[in-house]
Amino acid sequence: MTGTVAILVAATLIPLGYVAWAAVSIGWSRTYDLVVRPRVGELLFNTVALIGITVPLCVVIGVGVAWLVERTDLPGRAFWRPLFVAPLAVPAFVNSYAWVGVIPSLHGLWAGVLVTTLSYFPFMYLPVAATLRRLDPAVEESARALGSDSAGVFFRVVLPQLRLAILGGGLLIGVHLLAEFGAFAMLRFDTFTVAIFQQFQSTFDGAAGSMLAGVLVLLCLALLVAEALARGSVRFARIGAGAPRATTPIRLGRNTIPAGAGLVTLALLALGVPVWTMLRWLWIGGAEVWVLDDIATALGQTIGLATVAAVLTTVLAFPVAWVAVRSSGVLARAVEGANYVTSSLPGIVTALALVTVTIHAARPLYQSVALIVFAYVLLFMPRALVNVRAGLAQVPLSLEEASRSLGSSPTATFLRVTLRLTAPAAAAGASLVFVAVATELTATLLLAPTGTRTLSMRFWSFSSELDYAAAAPYALVLVVLAIPVTLVLFRQSTKVAAL
Amino acid sequence: MRRRWSRIAALVSILATVVASTSCSNSGGNDELLIYNAQHESLTKEWIDAFTKETGIKVTYRQGGDTELGNQLVAEGDASPADVFLTENSPAMAAVERAGLFADLDAETIKQVPSQYRPATGKWTGVAARTTVFVYNKAKLQPAQLPKSLLDLQQPAWKGRWGAPPTKADFQAVVAALLQLKGEAATAQWLAGMKANAVVYNDNIATLKAVNAGEVDGGVIYHYYWFRDQAKTKEMSGNTALHYFRNQDPGAFVSLSGGGVLKSSKKQQQAQQFLRFITGQAGQEVLEKGDSFEYPVASGVPANPALVPLTDLQAPVVDPSTLDAQKVSDLMTKAGLL
Repeated sequence: MTGTVAILVAATLIPLGYVAWAAVSIGWSRTYDLVVRPRVGELLFNTVALIGITVPLCVVIGVGVAWLVERTDLPGRAFWRPLFVAPLAVPAFVNSYAWVGVIPSLHGLWAGVLVTTLSYFPFMYLPVAATLRRLDPAVEESARALGSDSAGVFFRVVLPQLRLAILGGGLLIGVHLLAEFGAFAMLRFDTFTVAIFQQFQSTFDGAAGSMLAGVLVLLCLALLVAEALARGSVRFARIGAGAPRATTPIRLGRNTIPAGAGLVTLALLALGVPVWTMLRWLWIGGAEVWVLDDIATALGQTIGLATVAAVLTTVLAFPVAWVAVRSSGVLARAVEGANYVTSSLPGIVTALALVTVTIHAARPLYQSVALIVFAYVLLFMPRALVNVRAGLAQVPLSLEEASRSLGSSPTATFLRVTLRLTAPAAAAGASLVFVAVATELTATLLLAPTGTRTLSMRFWSFSSELDYAAAAPYALVLVVLAIPVTLVLFRQSTKVAAL
Repeated sequence: MRRRWSRIAALVSILATVVASTSCSNSGGNDELLIYNAQHESLTKEWIDAFTKETGIKVTYRQGGDTELGNQLVAEGDASPADVFLTENSPAMAAVERAGLFADLDAETIKQVPSQYRPATGKWTGVAARTTVFVYNKAKLQPAQLPKSLLDLQQPAWKGRWGAPPTKADFQAVVAALLQLKGEAATAQWLAGMKANAVVYNDNIATLKAVNAGEVDGGVIYHYYWFRDQAKTKEMSGNTALHYFRNQDPGAFVSLSGGGVLKSSKKQQQAQQFLRFITGQAGQEVLEKGDSFEYPVASGVPANPALVPLTDLQAPVVDPSTLDAQKVSDLMTKAGLL
């Protein structure tokens, strides 16, 4: 098992190794020329501005919405609560397509901010809402008893306790912003990922592309370090379970109407626009766009790839999670670290690395189904791992010991006790990977074997020829595929709150 | 216990079937001819269907951009799985030819194509052609205000008024022609002017649409995008007209779409047959009668009557096999357009 884990850790280092190798092999002066040039400055400005604007916006919206639905007496909270997770079912590039359909001239930085904020704020809303639900009301009551008003309680007591959730959500959003290709390409907004893709289209595995990838990797690492530093070492622990009761909802009073109007507006922008555009294009396209043969093939290939990748990723997550949970050596920390980094590397870097490595060193894997599945495993392992690890950590060791002492072999114990108890968490992890693969675009475009046309590839080829009507059925199928998993996510977040 | 194992075995076999079925439908088995296709998918599909109908030879393809697939072939070298390479423009063909990866074309294929539509080396041939045009918004520009030459677009007067898709091989072919006709210094200067003046779009269609909507006054694209839309709904081109630069201007460049057979192909005969077919009467008539609106170049087949005849375009004489894609992407990278 240690062997498997060590191989996995080594594999996660391929993308980083590739970038370093590319820089070394083309020499210092050419690297310098390719990195220090105006275009890179432009991309750097775009990418940094995008993150600098979008992440704080998502914090404001995500925390605001979470606070409204969790802590106030706003009507219809049971309805709003799952609704604001729903944007996660619409891939960002589909959202972009929807907005371009409404405003054809939409482009540039602000367009990118608009679309990604609407697509990604649930990443902030989910953990913040879960944390809010779990906070001990006693602390806030004490603050209030000591004379704080609602605003004071929120900023001095609630917000500091949300810090970890906000930083975690912010990091996730930042990483997504760095990796996103389709949404920005459609909005004519060039970030590093978009530029790397353009370079790939012009030069295949050229040096300029790899150097852009190098800068992108550095940005990514900077983001990780920034988050780790901001997290600091302040702890907000409490002794004992606290009071397992709900807080008294804050009366909004006259503010109910503006607050409600705000949520309605947000829902219309984040969900109304994509749903409306999709339906509109489907209506315009009529029966003609439902080329069932093509759609069925794409659906079959997508489900095939996503299923294989989801199962394989989840199975491989077991040994890694086992090491992380059950041992505390160097290996465990290496596993954590390697995964943390690879998970945040944009798909385009991993894909570029795999194309180059296989074409030069592993030809039989080149353009194979195995390679693209391997890429998915590398990219989405953390999604399975987080779940499997949480599940595994909750398996009482005493049950395994009981099973062993009653004469079961280690294998039998694993299958009958450990696996069974971890199964729900593993299933949740697998379904997350499934949707991530089904809606993946960048790595798929680079690595797909000849003849493979997944849903997202077809959607992309139609929408980049601006044949919006023909793209609509594929957008619809993608969203429908993602809905059940969005429900899983929502269910999970409410369950965490109940722990 | 045994039941559990059998369940696991069942799961594994289901997975194996899924993998197998995905991979089979993907790689398409070994008896099919594999085209690396950078031409429009719809056109190549028409060619493939007609070819398969006539010969019974099955064909599959890998879709990509000109330079992407061209560079991919160079990187793959002798071990490439591809049998045939089709592009929209010549520079990628020239790059593969320079890498020594093309087999000589059958004499019969060469005979079908007039010499101005293929390189003298006989390593590949033009299979279709497209011309550069300046599409303009009729409400924004009067005929007298149109640029006389592509080179005019670098003047400050054109700042923010024209659009083009620099990341596409189509546009890069135009730059390659400019490079061959006017030299490196003039090209670099023009690209710097373009960086300052042009609004950058993703592709020809997006450029056309932007011109039609009046976002910019005009744009540099290939002719057939305009004609295709005119033949359909005119939704993207109703407010626009085409301006041909003519006078052997770099902006009158006619780009050859190329086709060639890879030396490493193990299906030489079928691959040669495919090229003979698409440059023959039936293959070229697909261009004349279909809805691609690209120019036929071989077997004496005339262009679609809606088009200005190829011979009236006063295109500059450009040697297709020396168009330098690598140099172009370097220059464009330097200009900050890539």
